[in-house]
Amino acid sequence: MKSRESKPNGFLEVSIWRGAEEGAFQHFQVPRRESQTVLDVVTYIQRHLDPTLAYRFACRVGVCGSCAMKVNGIARWTCRTHVSAVATTGPLEIAPLDHLPRLRDLVCDMGPFFEKWKQARGAFVPGAVPETGFAAIDPDSPARRQVEAGIECIGCGICYSECDTVAWRPEYLGPAALNRAWTLQNDERDGAHRKRLQAVAGDAGCHACHNQLSCNERCPKKLSPAAAIAGLKRASAVAALKGRL
Amino acid sequence: MNRARLETWLWLINRGSALLLVPLVAAHLAGMILAVRGGLSASEILERTRDNLLLAAFYGAFLLLAGLHGALGLRGFLAETLGWRSKSVDTAAAVLASLLVILGGRALWALYHAA
Repeated sequence: MKSRESKPNGFLEVSIWRGAEEGAFQHFQVPRRESQTVLDVVTYIQRHLDPTLAYRFACRVGVCGSCAMKVNGIARWTCRTHVSAVATTGPLEIAPLDHLPRLRDLVCDMGPFFEKWKQARGAFVPGAVPETGFAAIDPDSPARRQVEAGIECIGCGICYSECDTVAWRPEYLGPAALNRAWTLQNDERDGAHRKRLQAVAGDAGCHACHNQLSCNERCPKKLSPAAAIAGLKRASAVAALKGRL
Repeated sequence: MNRARLETWLWLINRGSALLLVPLVAAHLAGMILAVRGGLSASEILERTRDNLLLAAFYGAFLLLAGLHGALGLRGFLAETLGWRSKSVDTAAAVLASLLVILGGRALWALYHAA
């Protein structure tokens, strides 16, 4: 079978984190190719140089959010990150995401990340069923537009890894969980608005955010978790002033 | 009071006090510059502050807002920098706010009742 890979054009110097919390970077040389992604580089190493390398990926097209890693110090979705965009001449350093327990090599435990989605009541709770039997949602309504702005989150954990507030306050719910909560607060069908607001307005919730906007800057889907967090701040403030929090 | 309500009120107080302090700080700085450039002595300044209810109200509000804003800011700093996040940090912040207001209040009282 004829290979579809382009001809190599020199070699890339690649450092990859090996180990768990304790470990070190291991160096590899990988053939540099045209249109090569960072995930291609990791896959090449695992298939040709060291089959014991552990990493995660699934869809390879930016849908599943499982291949997020730190590339040259910045968290990125590796399947959609071209090597040419992050390492034009210099070496490539690949490490697991920050703020999550490192399990092995490039794999971190996403459990704490999704646990915070639960703490933020990130699950839809059916409200009262309308008399018509279904809720007619106007796609142009302000609330639906707020949902639209945040619903495409793929749960990759990049915003969580890049958030300084998570670093300073490890129990902070984080941008992704709060973004999810805000989409549900704007879902007219949901019946847990008050409880969710109570869940996200505590000392590890939306008010802990410093508006540094790293989440917006790094989100590969170009979402604005900071806007969602600002929305939660406003909503909780209004609820507190009305005595409904 | 549940934690969410408490945190939201503290956030509102912190942001609200910052908003109100902006014009007060500007007026305070302008007053200081005018007094210094005008060449007023300490006794001449005290003559103007004595029995001046308007000035006392201005600095009373300034003091209260600065005490609240400073203590709440320090509370966040302690939580994030030193990891002090138990309820005792709330008590420490309340003590600090009270101290600032009491000590500042003494100074204000001295200006109002200057001999």
